[in-house]
Amino acid sequence: MIASHLPVLLIIVPLLGAVLAALSRHGFVAWLVALLASAATMAVAFALLWRVQAEGLISYRIGGWAPELGIEYRIDAVSAFIVVLVSAIAFLTMIYARRSVLAEISAERVAWFYTMLLLCVAGLLGIAATGDAFNAFVFLEVSSLATYTLIALGRDRRALVAAYQYLIVGTIGATLYVIGVGLIYLSTGTLNIGLIVERLASLQGSRALTVAEAFIVVGIALKLALFPLHAWLPNAYAYAPSAATVLLASTATKVAVYLLARYLFTVFGGDIDVGAIPISAILIGLSVAAMFIPSAAAIFQNDVKRILALSSVGQIGYITLGLALANQTGLTGGLLHLFNHALMKGAAFMAIGAVVYRAGTARLDDLSGIGRTMPWTVAALTIAGLALIGVPGTSGFVSKYYLILGALEAGLGWLAILIVASSLLAVLYVGRIVEVVWFREPAAVARECREAPLELLLPMWILAGATIWFGIDAEWPVGLAASAARVLLGGAP
Amino acid sequence: MTAPGFGDPQLLALSLALPALATLAIALLGRWPNLRETATLLGAGLLFATVMALLARVLAGARPELHLASVAPGLELALRIDPLGMLFAAVASTLWIVNSLYSIGYMRGNDEPRQTPFYACFAIAIFATMGLAFSGNLFTLFVFYELLSLSTYPLVTHKRSPTAMRAGRVYLLTLIGASMVLLLPAIVWTGMIAGTLDFRTGGILGDKLGPVALALLLAMFVFGAAKAAVMPLHRWLPAAMVAPTPVSALLHAVAVVKAGVFTILKVVVSVFGIETLAQSGASQWLVYAAGFTIVAASFVALRADDLKRRLAYSTVGQLSYVVLAAALASPVAVLGAALHIAAHAVSKITLFFGAGAVYTAEHVTKVSEMDGIGRRMPWTMGAFAIGALSMIGLPPAAGFLGKWFILDAATGATDWVAVAAIALSTVLNAAYFLPILIRAFLRPANGPRKEAPLPMVIALTATAAGTVLLFLLPGVPYRLASMIVGG
Repeated sequence: MIASHLPVLLIIVPLLGAVLAALSRHGFVAWLVALLASAATMAVAFALLWRVQAEGLISYRIGGWAPELGIEYRIDAVSAFIVVLVSAIAFLTMIYARRSVLAEISAERVAWFYTMLLLCVAGLLGIAATGDAFNAFVFLEVSSLATYTLIALGRDRRALVAAYQYLIVGTIGATLYVIGVGLIYLSTGTLNIGLIVERLASLQGSRALTVAEAFIVVGIALKLALFPLHAWLPNAYAYAPSAATVLLASTATKVAVYLLARYLFTVFGGDIDVGAIPISAILIGLSVAAMFIPSAAAIFQNDVKRILALSSVGQIGYITLGLALANQTGLTGGLLHLFNHALMKGAAFMAIGAVVYRAGTARLDDLSGIGRTMPWTVAALTIAGLALIGVPGTSGFVSKYYLILGALEAGLGWLAILIVASSLLAVLYVGRIVEVVWFREPAAVARECREAPLELLLPMWILAGATIWFGIDAEWPVGLAASAARVLLGGAP
Repeated sequence: MTAPGFGDPQLLALSLALPALATLAIALLGRWPNLRETATLLGAGLLFATVMALLARVLAGARPELHLASVAPGLELALRIDPLGMLFAAVASTLWIVNSLYSIGYMRGNDEPRQTPFYACFAIAIFATMGLAFSGNLFTLFVFYELLSLSTYPLVTHKRSPTAMRAGRVYLLTLIGASMVLLLPAIVWTGMIAGTLDFRTGGILGDKLGPVALALLLAMFVFGAAKAAVMPLHRWLPAAMVAPTPVSALLHAVAVVKAGVFTILKVVVSVFGIETLAQSGASQWLVYAAGFTIVAASFVALRADDLKRRLAYSTVGQLSYVVLAAALASPVAVLGAALHIAAHAVSKITLFFGAGAVYTAEHVTKVSEMDGIGRRMPWTMGAFAIGALSMIGLPPAAGFLGKWFILDAATGATDWVAVAAIALSTVLNAAYFLPILIRAFLRPANGPRKEAPLPMVIALTATAAGTVLLFLLPGVPYRLASMIVGG
């Protein structure tokens, strides 16, 4: 009975949790609700993954309405991959959040924080689960509105500006997206993605579709912070509460990438140059720019959170590059990097959040020698840093290996060289952090610190450990990413 | 050697486990220096015994294999011993013992800080070296190559001074940078062309690439393995001389630069295959590049007054002998290259030990300050003299052997550029080493006799003796080296 309703439970559980957390108005109760809800959501996500692996595509009709009239949820290998990632990160974030939030957010707002966190998770999972173009817009807005609030809850006053900045950009992005969806609806008469695909077959070459694609791609590109539409991201990540940053950095942009992949491959066909727009070439160009320019900017930042945020923009470049390559190996590499980057950036932001928890600052200048007093935290940050570089033995290497192979298979040798050359920028910004935190004499701040509490270390080390584990035995994530890539490229669902 | 339950794979696993366990023990015993040093020495001793047991089996014709992990389809972490790797591992594990003895004398004699991380990183570097020497495919080699770069970075920056940190940046950026930008794409490209990353004697590329593509791929490997310090990617090595002397010994003799030339030689023998390479002529450019490096480095060494800098440039030149031999791509050249790796290791470690001993006893760092020091430190400078003879390539020191075969290969191939480079560099080597010896022994001493701490003297005497012994009894390395091409 329950098993057949799994797809909708994925959304209902965190949504219900959000309501309960809001009603509780008590910080600890709200946290407990959030923890249990996210644990249950994660269980549902894994159950869905196993069912998809065993039986293939799962279609679920909300309220029993046929897809022409109602909303259909479609879980295939791609969505299952994303929901497992999002729900697992969400669960670990909840473990991490309790102490971090107590230190960063005033007591009367704690319950709201968990409400928003759960709403955000529900929205993100909804985007991945739904098979309806407009419903995806609704979930996009649910997660975005929750995100604006989460960022604004940061204790730094600049958090308000950052949230406002993101609100403007995010709204523009969502508007562009919904205009695109409207154009598709006008052409096809349906909002169901499966039906859109069927009806588009007879509409090739329509100008309305070209325009729709342009609106949708630019709209989503704003949400996923594709260079040069990333200006909102560094401030948002730097000033949001630490726990919120962990969730956003690991999941929000990833889900936007998922949505982009859905449109580029499933809706507009495997050949991603639709109509007059050479999307593949543009995407390669922007991805390469992202790999270099924001990463280079990261080298000159003094706030570790900003370094990591700019690094995220760069790393998203690798993921979108995988989409642009549009061959099995390259797309596997892109999706694998999506997965690996979520783990490593989650670990990195958890670590710097723990540093903020103890030292009260993320300014690199103040963190001299903090590795002596917080060795476990800084070691996790170092592992994440090595993975960002793509050192073999970490997960980052495996995804970059697939990307290089994908570029070579596409006959783009120069692109392979650019992929590895951009890693050097990561060597520089990671090396700068490592040099200060490990190799300098402890400054006043560092001497007064203690190691972070276990509640922060545990989820951080689960992610850091996974980063190492999936660098040595990557069979599971590679399998997931490869079958997702196969689905996107038009193979079996 | 026939203990029950100890087959080849177990021994192979042990050769990686021992340095790993040593690292752990060193880290845990940090509070008790004597116990900590016992852990280092015990680890080194047991590793040596393990490697010798493996050596006996490899000489008997066994090729031990061990599969560690499947990272992803096409990416296997796997070990397989071949004669070249065996030779490298034997050299490294032998020198780890002497280097540890020396380190104890040096670190205590100079009262260096942060000794526990020092010994721990050292053990990790040995772990990486073993993995690199025994790697069964290009991916495994790459993993351990990078681990070696990372684990030696804290050693190079040991002093934490601004100069040391700067040197560390140059070190890491050059080595990691080159390996990522050139070596990794070369490996991926190889895998795509050959369909495998496994090492096989005779090569895996076959005739799948034209001469130009072969030459390009070779260049990516040679410059990607920047540890081999072929110009212009050599600057990290002289910069790294700010590190304490035991670290210089690790860099120049035991592991790091050897890992570079080992990689190149291994790739030439087991990825390209010397026949493929010789027939295509794709390595001719490398003869010129290596020849240039040999001569140019010797000129720089000639002008260097800082002793360690002079030694560093001497290393740059000597490494390119191996690269030159690899470029000649003939069985005799490979034989010479392998012997030269071993010979240069024992000789250069002697020279660095000597330089460190002089620094510890007298705080002398410049050649111009070495007047009469041979009379005051006869053991140290006597050993230094043997090392210097070996560098020049004179009998009765081991350096003669490798050079002889490489020269033989060059004349055999009638490659006069190679012959000229070797001849010129021999003259230059003499020109920058003999003045040191003349100053040290023929100028009057300006103080009483005062040797360095005993562990250091023991260590450098042992390696000097090794340098001579390797010349007199080259049996085992010669047999290993001649098995490389034979399979």
